Amino acid sequence: MNLARFDHVTRRYDDVIAVDDVTLDLEPGVLVGLLGPNGAGKTTLLSLLQGLRTPTSGTVTLFGGDPRDAHRRRLLGCTPQETALPETLRVREVIDYVGGHFGDRVPTAELAAEFGLDELLRRQCGSLSGGQKRRLAVGLAFVGRPRLVLLDEPTTGLDVDGRRTLWEAIRRQHQAGATVVVTSHYLEEIEALAERAVVIAGGTVIADDTVARILARVGVSQVRLRTAEPDRLAALPGIAHHERIDDREVLTVSDADAFVRTLVGSGIDFHELAVRGASLEEAFLALTARAPERATDTLTMEKAS
Amino acid sequence: MTAHAETVPSVARLTLLHARFGLIETFRVPIAVIGTLVFPALALLFFVVPQRAVADNPEFATQAVISLSVFAVMSNALFSFGLTISENREKPWDPYLRTLPAPGIARVFAQILSTGLLGLVAIIPLIVVGGIFTAAEAPVLRVLAGLVALAVSALPFMLIGTTIGYALPFKAAIAVIQIVMFGLAFVGGLFLPPILFAGWLDTISKFTPSRQARELVIWAVQGGPLEWWVWVGVLAWTTLSLAAALLLFRRDEGRRYR
Repeated sequence: MNLARFDHVTRRYDDVIAVDDVTLDLEPGVLVGLLGPNGAGKTTLLSLLQGLRTPTSGTVTLFGGDPRDAHRRRLLGCTPQETALPETLRVREVIDYVGGHFGDRVPTAELAAEFGLDELLRRQCGSLSGGQKRRLAVGLAFVGRPRLVLLDEPTTGLDVDGRRTLWEAIRRQHQAGATVVVTSHYLEEIEALAERAVVIAGGTVIADDTVARILARVGVSQVRLRTAEPDRLAALPGIAHHERIDDREVLTVSDADAFVRTLVGSGIDFHELAVRGASLEEAFLALTARAPERATDTLTMEKAS
Repeated sequence: MTAHAETVPSVARLTLLHARFGLIETFRVPIAVIGTLVFPALALLFFVVPQRAVADNPEFATQAVISLSVFAVMSNALFSFGLTISENREKPWDPYLRTLPAPGIARVFAQILSTGLLGLVAIIPLIVVGGIFTAAEAPVLRVLAGLVALAVSALPFMLIGTTIGYALPFKAAIAVIQIVMFGLAFVGGLFLPPILFAGWLDTISKFTPSRQARELVIWAVQGGPLEWWVWVGVLAWTTLSLAAALLLFRRDEGRRYR
């Protein structure tokens, strides 16, 4: 049986469509990455699964029922935003508060050891550093021995060490049997954690595949240069996206090496060439169907001016 | 007892859990608690004790203490419940609590147990001040009966406060609560005794939870007949406002998106 299912789910906020006809299944045992730029609809998808919001149309199923019913959420684990923790409560109290909702909970000491909170149990949440709050927030998701865990941007704002420590903890929990959904901005995070990745943009699922295959698709680079011949440049093969920023041509390409070779071979005059890996956001832009259209739009405008 | 992941703590245990941590959070800011506890007694000292015509007459003084008790419990219920709930809904901790497996009724009852209990405790200093500085008098058992009646008749106010809290954003809630509170206090005969009311106003008054609360507590403390509309009214208001609070809790989706 699937743990959770979205069946043709649409959610609108007034005029904005945050989630647009999404159908998605979460099978037990997987570690799924939910990737997408800001405003893509990731958080709305999670909030539908948490019973915080209702779909405008379609149905969301959690453990075979409506997530708005409290007892459907007894095997669900979530993280609060780090700014959410009640400042006056002590770490031990917050763990007991959340843990008290579950029939079979992880003892406070055990959870504290797992997430590196032992020294902090007597501290008030308001006195914790950003990284400590993150560890507590992620730990809270696991206190009820959940079968499904939703982690919304679990390591945002953490340094490299903090991120790796948390990843290890999440991996251990997953190996112990939890199904985990992670949303992230960081390609690296999804690469390190997830087996399957779902890419969301504009409220729709634009890719749902193994991480390796998604990475191959979004593994794009950005090439910047100046040229007096933008039209000839745009005609070169392998360009997924093209725009002009401050007199500089900005090209998103799938294979930077091949593109540079073609560029040199074409004899187009260029200078100030720079190549770097594209950010996730840029990669998504390249993945979405709209990207080529926008590229031609830019070109048409340039021709006109 | 063997715990199992499939079992969930009972609604009663979840209610106690939320009430306990609600109280811990409240007591971490002691000045807020002191304010709640002292305000009703101060109101009696300022508004009733100096009026010797009322304060020296046992009958009037007792009724004044009762009216003020009902007013204090009512304003605490409307303000504390309405404002706390609407304020919390705008913070990110409340949406997180909603992802936990606690049903709405446990959240609503927990608020009554924590905030409501504190409002009732605040009546004790008021009774002490009333007993010492005015001619108000009642046997201890009657005073206890009055506290029970006060607790029961305060339920509609707490639930109306809860309903407002879930229905409105914080700033709108302040305005609505002020209007509701003064309306209920005046029409319910908490500022002026209903004896001074015109016939039509007295009729309207009998439909308000504030008038019903006043009559129920007076009956518990001073004895005399209990009109049927008093307890029917308290029951009806409790049922209706509980249903409204639960419905709005379920419909609530927190702060609007962006």
